[in-house]
Amino acid sequence: MRNAFAQEMVLAAERDPRVVLLSGDIGNRLFDPFKAAYPERFFNCGVAEANMMGMAAGMAMSGLRPVVYTIVPFVTTRCLEQIRVDVCYNAQPVTIVGVGGGLSYASLGGTHHACEDIGFLRLLPGMAVVCPGAGAGVRAGLRAALAHPGPVYLRLGKKGEQLVHTTEPELQIGRSLTIRSGTDVALLAVGHILPLALATADLLEGRGLSTRVESFHSVKPLDEQCLAEVFANYATVATIEEHSLIGGAGGAVAEWLAAHPGQRATLRAFGLADRFFHESGSLAHARRSLGLEPEVIAATIAGV
Amino acid sequence: MAQTETLDLARIAQSLRRRIVTMSHRGRTPHLGSSLSCTDILAVAYFASLRLDPANPSDPARDRFILSKGHAAPALYAALAERGFFPLADLDRFNADGGVLAEHPPPNIVPGVEAATGSLGHGLPIGVGMALAGRLQQRDFRVFVVLSDGECNEGSVWEAAMFAAGQRLDRIIAIVDYNRWQATGRSEEIMALAPLAKKWEAFGWTAHDVDGHDHGALRELLRRVPDGSGRPVAVIAHTVKGKGVSFMEDDNNWHYRIPNEVEYAAAIAELSA
Repeated sequence: MRNAFAQEMVLAAERDPRVVLLSGDIGNRLFDPFKAAYPERFFNCGVAEANMMGMAAGMAMSGLRPVVYTIVPFVTTRCLEQIRVDVCYNAQPVTIVGVGGGLSYASLGGTHHACEDIGFLRLLPGMAVVCPGAGAGVRAGLRAALAHPGPVYLRLGKKGEQLVHTTEPELQIGRSLTIRSGTDVALLAVGHILPLALATADLLEGRGLSTRVESFHSVKPLDEQCLAEVFANYATVATIEEHSLIGGAGGAVAEWLAAHPGQRATLRAFGLADRFFHESGSLAHARRSLGLEPEVIAATIAGV
Repeated sequence: MAQTETLDLARIAQSLRRRIVTMSHRGRTPHLGSSLSCTDILAVAYFASLRLDPANPSDPARDRFILSKGHAAPALYAALAERGFFPLADLDRFNADGGVLAEHPPPNIVPGVEAATGSLGHGLPIGVGMALAGRLQQRDFRVFVVLSDGECNEGSVWEAAMFAAGQRLDRIIAIVDYNRWQATGRSEEIMALAPLAKKWEAFGWTAHDVDGHDHGALRELLRRVPDGSGRPVAVIAHTVKGKGVSFMEDDNNWHYRIPNEVEYAAAIAELSA
């Protein structure tokens, strides 16, 4: 996802002279093509994220379209007040890009885990929260973010994820993407965890449950049309995300459900418990240890 | 500067002070001492330094002014109204139910207010972003940011200071309203602020100590930016909190106190002399 983002940034800068890229002393070599093509539009802002976010707001106030990039915790909670006041309160079109969403950087430890960011950012008035699926969704997500009139948080995984889309989808903020169709269960997969949702769907099909999978990238604004449709027509709707069960996409859908009672479907939310994860090791290990696995999710949905 | 211009700025500053005291009294709002300490800075900026056209407040070529110490909003509103950005009568609606002139400057509503402020430590990063944008867009505007000395407690001020110097942004000016008080105590006692000019110099800025109530000196300093050194410029404006009203001067109770009828009449009398 990271490399797709870096490649798309060059194209974005080519399309729109207002686009500038701010990075928090990260992405060594990653942005070399951007720097080669547009050296005056790349700013290494150092390890000073509060200033980086405030500057991005000031640049947007002056007519630029800044994209701010670093690892999720540092581009979100580290400078949350600057996002809230400088970007959101001032209503500036800043695109905030976080790499390493969820447990992508599991091995780096709790400082680098990113399992509360969706909650923090979707709480901010005017902020759109977009979590593209792997591969081509990142490019389309960046294009959609830069076309959006207000601030956008784009939550990425890291590199080397399995690509789900073979052709590039048209991604719209506020509209989810149907990845595969089904009639009994609807899985709403948030961001880079999409392949895990597809594996879960395979298991559910094996249990006789026809399963639809949505790339539910737009956590805010929600795709209300999609929600109305799946809650009216399916037995189970399940959100799957690498995020705390508090405040994430599951919470957002539960809020929608509270405002739209009397639905046919039951909502299940799959995500992470309200605690920090202290074990070393890989993303695969962390997901296993935390129960974020196709087998566990499928068994829970199937009721066995 | 010609003597007539100095007299004019003195007259404008007194007018702003009367408006500020009136806004605090009628609007029942605090931060009067903080507003009066930076009044002369705003008078010089808006009436002798900034390149602005009140009829075209979003002109891309305009100089930018950010009141990073947003709690002195009455001083900003008074200066903007006096300069013609909106009718002076609008000041009567300061802090009124349903109005737009809130106790801290709001975003995108009040003509001439470049950025919402009120949370300290935000104005300088925003200003540095504007200066970077100006350089990229090949515009020659300058960016003025007024900070309080207490605000220099915030780490983001120093992040921005280091970044601006590293980028050799010489069209940004940080003016510190150094009245030596913050909300609940002497700024020097709460954190080690002194030597303030040396701190800015150590961060790569050209720093000037100046009497923050000396219109001629302030105007001359601001006129010399950019100064050809490639460095951003910090103006350490030595000020008196509550300046202009004898019983408010250097009395930090007026950070929060609101003048009653008697105090209001006495203050207006002093400011009308």
